[in-house]
Parts: sequence; C-alpha cells; structure tokens
Amino acid sequence: MNGLLVLPVVIPLITATLALLFRKSSAMQRWIGVAGMAVLLVSVAMLFRDVYGDGIQVLQLGTWEAPFGITLVADMLSMLMLGISAVMGLIIAIYSIYDIDKQREQFGYYPLLHILLMGVNGSFLTGDIFNLYVWFEVMLIASFILLALGNSRNQLQGALKYVIINLFSSLIFLFGVALLYGMTGTLNMADLALRLPEVENVGLVTTVAMIFLVSFGIKAAIFPLFFWLPASYHTPPVAISAIFGGLLTKVGVYALIRVFTLLFTQDVGYTHTILIWVAGFTMVTGVLGAASHYEFRKILSFHIVSQIGYMIMGLAFNTALGLMGAIFYVLHNILAKTNLFLISGIAQRLMGTFELKQMGGLYRHYPFLAALFLISAFALAGFPPLSGFWAKLTLVKAGLSLGEYVITAVAILVGLLTLFSMTKIWMTAFWAAVPEKGVPDHFGKMPLFGAGNLYIMVVPVMIVAGLIILVGLFAQPLLEICLTAAEQLLDPSVYIEAVMGPQ
Amino acid sequence: MDTILPILAGAIFATGIYMLLRQSLILTIIGIILISNSVNLALFSLGRISTENPPLIAAGSVMPEAPFANPLPQALILTAIVIGFGLLAFALALAYRSYKELGTVNQDELLEDPEDTSSAIVTHTENNENRDS
Amino acid sequence: MQSLILHTTTRMMIGVLVLFSLFLFFRGHDEPGGGFIGGLVGAGAFTLYAIAFGTAATRKILRIHPITLIAIGLASLVISGLIPMFMGDPFLTGKWLFLELGGSEVKLSTPLIFDIGVYLCVVGFIVAVIFSLEEEPLTF
Repeated sequence: MNGLLVLPVVIPLITATLALLFRKSSAMQRWIGVAGMAVLLVSVAMLFRDVYGDGIQVLQLGTWEAPFGITLVADMLSMLMLGISAVMGLIIAIYSIYDIDKQREQFGYYPLLHILLMGVNGSFLTGDIFNLYVWFEVMLIASFILLALGNSRNQLQGALKYVIINLFSSLIFLFGVALLYGMTGTLNMADLALRLPEVENVGLVTTVAMIFLVSFGIKAAIFPLFFWLPASYHTPPVAISAIFGGLLTKVGVYALIRVFTLLFTQDVGYTHTILIWVAGFTMVTGVLGAASHYEFRKILSFHIVSQIGYMIMGLAFNTALGLMGAIFYVLHNILAKTNLFLISGIAQRLMGTFELKQMGGLYRHYPFLAALFLISAFALAGFPPLSGFWAKLTLVKAGLSLGEYVITAVAILVGLLTLFSMTKIWMTAFWAAVPEKGVPDHFGKMPLFGAGNLYIMVVPVMIVAGLIILVGLFAQPLLEICLTAAEQLLDPSVYIEAVMGPQ
Repeated sequence: MDTILPILAGAIFATGIYMLLRQSLILTIIGIILISNSVNLALFSLGRISTENPPLIAAGSVMPEAPFANPLPQALILTAIVIGFGLLAFALALAYRSYKELGTVNQDELLEDPEDTSSAIVTHTENNENRDS
Repeated sequence: MQSLILHTTTRMMIGVLVLFSLFLFFRGHDEPGGGFIGGLVGAGAFTLYAIAFGTAATRKILRIHPITLIAIGLASLVISGLIPMFMGDPFLTGKWLFLELGGSEVKLSTPLIFDIGVYLCVVGFIVAVIFSLEEEPLTF
C-alpha cells in the first residue's frame, strides 16, 4: 500500500476545485494553475522514487481487496507517462498565462485543464479496465469543452467531428469491456490477465482484442482511424492544441501498450501482425498528409499521426528492445511535438497567421526562436545527438534484430520525409523574405524578452528545448529506465503478483 | 431473457449506426444515444441475468442471502448512464450552438471548409513568385 | 412563462420537491435512493422554477451560483476521500461515527460527506446547464 499513488489524481482535482472557487479572478486562477502543476510534479517525483527503488506500487482504493475494488497500480511505464504528463502540464500552465485570453479564463480554462490532467493521470494509474473507461471519459469531457470553448465557426466544426468520433469510440470501448466481463466475470486487469488464458474460445478473445484496437486506435489516431485529428487539432488556441497533441493521443497509445502486453497475448501471431501493418500505414499516410499541407498546425497534426506509427511499431515487435524503443519514443515525441506546437503559437503571435504562405523572415528577425525551432524539428526528424535519434535508433535496431526489414525501411524513409516537412516550415516561415503585405506592425519590433511579456511564452519553449537536448546527450539512464519498464511489461507475473498478492 | 436481450441490443445498435450516418446532426446524436443504450443493454445481458434473491443485506447479517443476483452489471450500467448523460448534454448543447452559429444542422453544410484548400498550393507558388520579383 | 396555473403549482410544488429530494438523499444511506437521484429531483425543482419565473428569480432563490455549488460539491468529495488518508487508510476508505442522540442512533460517515458532494454537483451541474441554455444569447 502506498498512499502517494492517489496524489496524481487528487492534486489536479483539488486545484480544479480551488480554481473554480476563485473563478472571478484571473490572476488567482493563473497562480493556482501553475502552483497546482508544480505540486503535481513534486508528488510524481516522490512516487517515481518509490517505484524506482522498490518496484511496482499498488493501492487498493477504499480498502476493497483486489479484484473486487478499484486498484491503482504504478509500474515503470505508468511512472514515465505520469512524469512526462506532469512536466508538460507545468509547461502548458505557464504558457497559458499569456496565450489564453481573459474570456476563456472566465469560462473555466484552468479548472478544465486540471480535470484533463486528472483524467490523463487516472488512465495511467488505474488497474481496472472499467475504471480506465471512466478516466477516459473524464479526460474526454474536459477535452470536448476545451476544444469548443470560444465558439468560433472553425472551432465548432472541429469540435463536432472530435466529439462524435470520440463518443463512438468510447461506446465501442465499453462494449469491449462488457464482452470481457461476460467472458471472465472480472474487470481487474491483473485478474483478467490470469483468467483470459483459461477462456476456451480463443477466437472470441481475439475479437475482443480487435474491438479494443479499434477503440483505442481512434483515440490514438492510427491508420485508418486518424482522420478526425488533423480536422480538429488546429482549431483551438495553441496551448490547448499543444496539450492535446502532446498528451491525449499518447493516452491511447498507453492503453494499447497496456492491453496488448498484459491482456491480449494469446494470439500474438495474428494481433501483432495487424499492429505492424497498421504501424506502417500510419507512418506513411501521416507524413504524406503533412507534406501536402501549408498550415503550420495542420502539418504538425499530421505528424502526430505519423509518429504514432513508430510507437505502434515498437509495440508490435513485442520484444524488450521494441517496447523500450516505443516507450522512449512516446517520451521524446511528447517533448518535441508539444514544443513545436508552442513555437507555432509564438510565430503566430509575431506574424499574425498560421498559414506558411503568409509567413517569412522569422530567422532574420528572431534568430533565437529559429534555433529553438531547429532543435525541436531536428529532434522530431531524428538527428543525432537529439532525443529523436536514440528513439529511432532503438526501434530500427529492434526491427533489424527481428528481421522485419520492410517495416524498418519504412520507418527510416518516413524519418526522411519528416525532415522534408520540417524543412518546408523552415524554408517558408523562417528563411523566406518577409512577405510584403499582411505582416502585423509589431513584427520585428516586438522583442522575445522584455516589453510585451512574450517571454512568458518563450521560457517554457526554452525549458522543453533544454530537456530535448538533455535527453539526447544523456540518453543512457533514461533508456535503462525504459528497458526496466519494457521488461516489466513483458513479464506480467510481477504486475499480477503486485496487485493480487502471491499466487 | 438471455436470448432476447442480446438480439434487442444488436437491433438497437444497428438502428443507431443507421441514424449515425444520416445527414442531420440531430439524427446523428440520436444515433449515438441509441448505440449508448444498446451497449448498456449488452453490458446488462453479459453480466448473466438470473432470478435470484436481490443482493441486499438484511439487518443483522453480513452477507446477502445466497443465491443472490449479481449487482455489478447494474453498478456499471449506472456509471455508464451517468457518464453518457453528461456527454450527451454536452453534445446537444454543441449541436445547438452550431445551429445558432452556422444556421444549419445539415452536416455537409456544417462541415464545409471555410477556406478552399485546393487553391492553397496555387496561391503559395504565386506568393513565391511575388517574393522573387 | 406567463401562466397562472404553472405559477401557482410551482410555488406549491417547489418546497415539496426540495423536501422530497432531501428525503431521497437521506434514504440512500441504507436503502435505495442517494445523492445522485436526490440531486436530480432537487435540480428538477429549480428547473421548474426557472421555467415558471425565469432564471433571474431562480438565481435569487438559489442564492449560490451553480458553479460554486459544483465547486463545493467537488471539495466535499475530496475531503471525504482524504479523511481516511489522515487516519492511515487508503483513499476513500469508509469511516463511521456512531452517535447516540435521544435514544436513536445517528450514523455519520465519510460516505455521507461523499454523497453530499454528489448531490451538490448534480444540482449545480443541471442548474448551470439550464441557466446557460435559458439565458441566450451566450456572451461566449
């Protein structure tokens, strides 16, 4: 029993409550928002120390023994995801101070942001499949409102697509849960892992696995279920785009990793072959979509799709090296992708648009911003010595050691195409001459630091860029932690014993 | 009951899918409601329906009288209904806002792209030419 | 809505409905009922009042802003979960306090605090939705 386990869920709830009570004052809300994220980060760090030192930590909520009550479980994978989500939460909370307008603050932006984090953290921690559904819904309802807040034509269109497809995917998920319950009579994931191998009708288990693949696939935006993502992620303010692009799809990936390592390992030959195909198509379609667009955030949205493919590829390999690569890729991708979104926001503040064809001259007037963009873009494309290089290297090595040459070749090719899109942004927004018309008056005069308070947006970007470099230069310790996480995933008996007690 | 309920759930699900694919946004949301109900029904019937004692603990004892019915599916359904209720309220409010803002519930018109993307590339090259000259 | 019948019945019914919602709420301690259904009935009372007399009048009799109700409700949910943590048990463990008051036993517990939270959240949520739909056009 470890009481700390409940904190990543309770702290955002307390913060949201406080922010609701003080909703009249924007200043108070901002302070509460940032302070809540900071406390969350500290609590996650304390929990991380326990998991790192003593292995998997478990808490039976309400003292109801597993498998009857709801169990919270923190293994290494959960901890890494929690850690990165807490860091991103803090970064976004700081960035929002400047980016989010007063009206959105009055309509509950900060409470919703923390409820969103609560849902994300709950999904990472829970050891109960129905509870996972509940956390998904918590996360979804907060994201629905964040996406629609503002009611502009664009946002409503994006929100409608997002809401309907996600409602549908939740219902499929619930149907899958119902089938699992009907087959085994339990909802605790560790207990399910014990009982699923005893189910005689293996075909039915595989069917349920596919239902979960479709449902989580919609949330993770894999091929061919990704179309809602590029249609909606570019509509809300940048801080919201960034937290969606960074975290939400990765919760889907986390759920896929969890169920396909813990529950559905009966017919690996069938399920994981499908995963490999899905991974390949996701990578290729995402990157091709990005190549055909000229809106900053639409390009980034398509790249989210493409990068999800890499993570699914690592999962599909189902080896320690592959899973390690997938987990490391998730961490790296959250850093790089969120940072690119945040940079797009700064660029929009300076140029007044997200359309690349109307941008230019950022390198000439803001070389520091250009450097920050290059770090994140090169990390995304996988340049040494940045974080993306190690992520891709591990995945490629895993692919080659398994003899999966085709998918590995696709992965490398997609890396090149990613570079092409990043170069496109660089060439137009940063390197091209300043467009003659349509440029706001403050362009070139507004400094990144000092007057205009733009530094509130730049400092978080600098911190994330620093983290990207740090992860790249000192990759070994993090890779080792990822390997521990992967080994825990491949040997579910430790997880099961931690939850259910010695068998 | 064990055969009727799954068939009913399937029929409602199919109707829901049909409604989901209709033009009007309101009908789409009705489709979501129907699917949600059919999934709840499926959850109910998969929890094994039986006619036993209600799982209520009589005063003075610590266990319900065996054999008692399984209370868990109802707890799950209640949770799912409450969540669905909240989400649906939001979806309806969103549809209402969209109707007020965009003046239609026809999805083809609702989701029309405000800027025509097919011309984006052309304008881009034009822009570049302007810059060169 | 200008209707004499509606106005008169609403004035008579609102007290009954609120009382009934409290009855359902307290009954839920040991028998079917509880915070959620009680909250729904309570919200129904205020919705009826809002239809009959408009939202401004309803805000006046409600006294507290519905969003604040939600916040207080959330706070009591958190508190009911945290109390056992300070006593060394996991989050949300039920803690009971049995009091003898005038010959009958009164049971106070953390689930009761939790249920109060649910009640307030449900009332606050539904009333907030009704208000914002009634008070068109929205400012945002």
